[in-house]
Amino acid sequence: MSVARRSLLLFAGLFVLFVVVGWALGAANISLLLVQSFAYALVALGLNIQWGYGGLFNFGIMGMLMLGGAAVTFISYPVNAQFWGSEGPLMLGKALMALLAGFLLIWGARRADRLGIKGKWKSFVTVLAWIVAYIVYRSQIDPAAAYIESAGGGWVGGLGLHPVLGWLFGGVLAAGVAYVVGKICLGLRTDYLAIATIGISEIIRALLKNMDWLTRGTLTVSPIPWPTPLPQDLQAQGVSIADSFIYARLGFLALVLIILAIAFFLVQRAYGGPWGRMMRAIRDNHIAAASMGKDVTRRQLEIFVLGSVLMGIGGAILVSFQQIYDPGSYQPINHTFLIWVMVIVGGAGNNWGAVFGALLIYITWMISDPVAQAVMNAISGWSTDIGWGGIPEIQSRASQMRVFVLGVVITIALRYAPRGLIPEVVRREA
Amino acid sequence: MNELIFFFNNVMIAGVVLGSIYAVGAIGVTLIFGILRFAHFAHGDMMTMGAFVAFLLMTAFQAMGFTTPFLPTGFVVLPIAMVFTAIIALGIDKGFYAPLRARGARPVTLLIASIGVTLIIQGLIRLFFGSGTWSFFETEQKQLIRIPVPLEGVTRTINFTQPQLLMIVATIIAVVALHLFLTRSRLGKAMRAMADNADLAQVSGINTKLVVRVTWIIAGGLAAMAGTMLALDVNLKPDLAFNIVLPIFAAAIVGGLGKPFGAIAGGYLIGFAETAAIFNWSVLARPFAGSLPFELPATVAIVPTEYKLTVAFVILVVVLLWRPTGIFKGAST
Amino acid sequence: MRGRGGVSFDAVIDVQNVSKRFGGLRAVNNCSLRVERGSITGLIGPNGAGKSTLFNLVAGNIVPDEGRIFFDGQDVTGLKPHQLFHRGMLRTFQIAHEFSNMTALENLMMVPSNQTGESLIKTWLAPGAVKDAERHVRQKALDVIDFLKLGHVKYELAGNLSGGQKKLLELGRTMMVDAKVVLLDEVAAGVNRTLLQDLAANIERMNQELGYTFFVIEHDMDLIGRLCDPVIVMAQGEKIAEGPMEEIRANPEIIEAYFGAPVEAA
Repeated sequence: MSVARRSLLLFAGLFVLFVVVGWALGAANISLLLVQSFAYALVALGLNIQWGYGGLFNFGIMGMLMLGGAAVTFISYPVNAQFWGSEGPLMLGKALMALLAGFLLIWGARRADRLGIKGKWKSFVTVLAWIVAYIVYRSQIDPAAAYIESAGGGWVGGLGLHPVLGWLFGGVLAAGVAYVVGKICLGLRTDYLAIATIGISEIIRALLKNMDWLTRGTLTVSPIPWPTPLPQDLQAQGVSIADSFIYARLGFLALVLIILAIAFFLVQRAYGGPWGRMMRAIRDNHIAAASMGKDVTRRQLEIFVLGSVLMGIGGAILVSFQQIYDPGSYQPINHTFLIWVMVIVGGAGNNWGAVFGALLIYITWMISDPVAQAVMNAISGWSTDIGWGGIPEIQSRASQMRVFVLGVVITIALRYAPRGLIPEVVRREA
Repeated sequence: MNELIFFFNNVMIAGVVLGSIYAVGAIGVTLIFGILRFAHFAHGDMMTMGAFVAFLLMTAFQAMGFTTPFLPTGFVVLPIAMVFTAIIALGIDKGFYAPLRARGARPVTLLIASIGVTLIIQGLIRLFFGSGTWSFFETEQKQLIRIPVPLEGVTRTINFTQPQLLMIVATIIAVVALHLFLTRSRLGKAMRAMADNADLAQVSGINTKLVVRVTWIIAGGLAAMAGTMLALDVNLKPDLAFNIVLPIFAAAIVGGLGKPFGAIAGGYLIGFAETAAIFNWSVLARPFAGSLPFELPATVAIVPTEYKLTVAFVILVVVLLWRPTGIFKGAST
Repeated sequence: MRGRGGVSFDAVIDVQNVSKRFGGLRAVNNCSLRVERGSITGLIGPNGAGKSTLFNLVAGNIVPDEGRIFFDGQDVTGLKPHQLFHRGMLRTFQIAHEFSNMTALENLMMVPSNQTGESLIKTWLAPGAVKDAERHVRQKALDVIDFLKLGHVKYELAGNLSGGQKKLLELGRTMMVDAKVVLLDEVAAGVNRTLLQDLAANIERMNQELGYTFFVIEHDMDLIGRLCDPVIVMAQGEKIAEGPMEEIRANPEIIEAYFGAPVEAA
């Protein structure tokens, strides 16, 4: 069976699955699932670029999603007048200057060889510059943070701009961080890169969770505005409450689909052309690619940044949709491994596969809970009947079932379909 | 002096405790990498699993009315828990990794497979134990040991708990036993040979299948030990060791992947670095507060406590950039 | 067109007092040699003489501990392979480094540098220009494939080609750009006799018709004798002799150093 026919069948099956689940859970729930799963599809597309095209092992997806969320919160949340009226902006400005000065210092130290400082002395000067920069920055940011949190309005608030701008900023922010991370880590071997990216995402989580002045940390921020009419707006126009949720979510969904379609089109075009050919060559044999004049390090950085942009945008969309930014709610399982399972099951290196995997795995992930609950209720009823007693705390147990299901799914996929359900097509026609 | 004892308690003792856990965990990671050439990402969850096995055994023992007079029951059952976990580790290899190896899968595929194992173990633990925390000391008392320092004007005592003392003793025993095994026994020598050069080991007639099996037994046993030690020190929860997988890998990488003794050194290095980084150094300067030309800040820590994790990461990145194969030259793929 | 012969040309590769150590081992020891423009220069020597290390040094895959390397009159010591590529130096590998999951044609089409379509911005904003450039690259690749008589396998995955076809493909890659100098690392290894004749003929044609300079490591003495002049002999990390093959064959010292040592079958 050709891959095209096979993918068509799989997508048809997926459609049926969504219809069945939608029929079982109701239109409001399935519209919610659809928005989230398509936002995840965007993130999966990002990972597919990094892993499928570039062979780069990114275990830090969670960090990129969090950055996107922080970005959209900052851009779209209403302005905090109390902060802007206080000493806060000035103090933050100073901290920013300190940060810039620190970067300049480090930048200068790295060029110390021009002053004749070489070898070990240069390393020493560089380390010293890092330490000084860190101390200078901490000396400014610590009091600023303390002031804002106590007297300066609690946190900086947002800018009150359009959420779509926030999504774009999410992409930009993720790109910036990915650039720095990539510069440091992309030279590493696969398994080292995996650990390094885990570390980065954990640091991003620690920062965003504890920088209360910037993100309100565990206090969470809500409600974050929507780019499309909210259910409440529709209700104000006389739409019934039940319908308002469906229509509002469908409106949001339309916007997400447009963004996904644009991203998909751009990525697909790039991968089908000379750019993709070069990337496949690098993935295939990076030594030979370097000998053929391809700047492997720069290209891998490019791919890492491009993938991270999509992750940042996806993370921003998810936060907008949920209307709440809670840095404490991010978990590696839900926000890194879930995406990996999507891409592996869907088919690394194939954009259709990544999108398919995202939709399939997200719905599997979400219905594991109710299905497990139903199964457990049945078993519990049966065991009670025969006198063994029921299963205690079914509800909380069932909600944990999805982690197990996810593990089983990826294990089966690796064993029986290691290249994914819609695998990468090796083009015979050049 | 009081300040020095405060320093000793918070940096030295805490560092040894943390370092022991990292070291014992990192030995398993480094052995698996040395023999099977992949980063076994599920190692943290194998540790958690080992701790839960010990917890179940303790509960069973207590239910049977078995109590130990001096030691915590959770510690007494540790050898049995290690055996069980080693058997489970063998099962995991047979069920998840061996089929992929037989197919000739790349190491990175095994790494992805270990995500699956992580999810399955965590899923099962959550399924049976829920996502809450459990304590080894519900019915027993966690003994606190205070050693007074016989010096004038010293009011503070050197403090540590009994499980902490036991865990350090157990770590020493484990390390000595491992050392003897790797240097004296035929099998241990074969393991080291295989970690150095797998192809050469294969042609020189080493039973590689047996070596792989022994690797999982040691890694599983040590994982149970590290996990239980951690759970005895803090509390038992499903993501107990998943959260410290980064420092453990950092320890293994810093020490040079494939080098068990490097992993031990790396473990202690990271343990001490973490406790030293979050220590409030201002305390040590307090006796001289009057004679300092500036006002002493209340807290002077290298990083705030919330960012403890960054320490392991920074060490990892610095070592990788400065000496990519670890401080002790490690294995390469 | 300048070809082989005794005329003295300027040096396109000039290796000056280069050393490289691996651990305690001196793989290349204070070695100096020159490759003249337009020549096919052979590099021979017993196993472990440091030939491959020298190639890796010249091609930028490793950096020398001491000494300098000049390419086309410019100091290129420490430059990376992709930078040397842009200056006109290409290499092939002892074990063929084809892109195994790409077709033979794609293997050639990926070679030209700075293709319009390699920029994401241009791919997205100027698809027409990318298409035009792609047509040219494709035509050139088809020409090269025909030149090498590989037309029947152009849509085959490179990984499925025979060893000899892979080597031809590697040679073909060097024709996709206006290279000045090509380093061939044991191009004949694993190639059957018939294909070897094709290979040698192609190298000669490229040298004479297209003006390529070749620097060749080879164990096949017949091939060296047919193609190369001069031949440089290395032993224990140093250059011990240089001259036409007939001279080399007649030099007793070299026979001592080279043929006296166990020679592996090429």
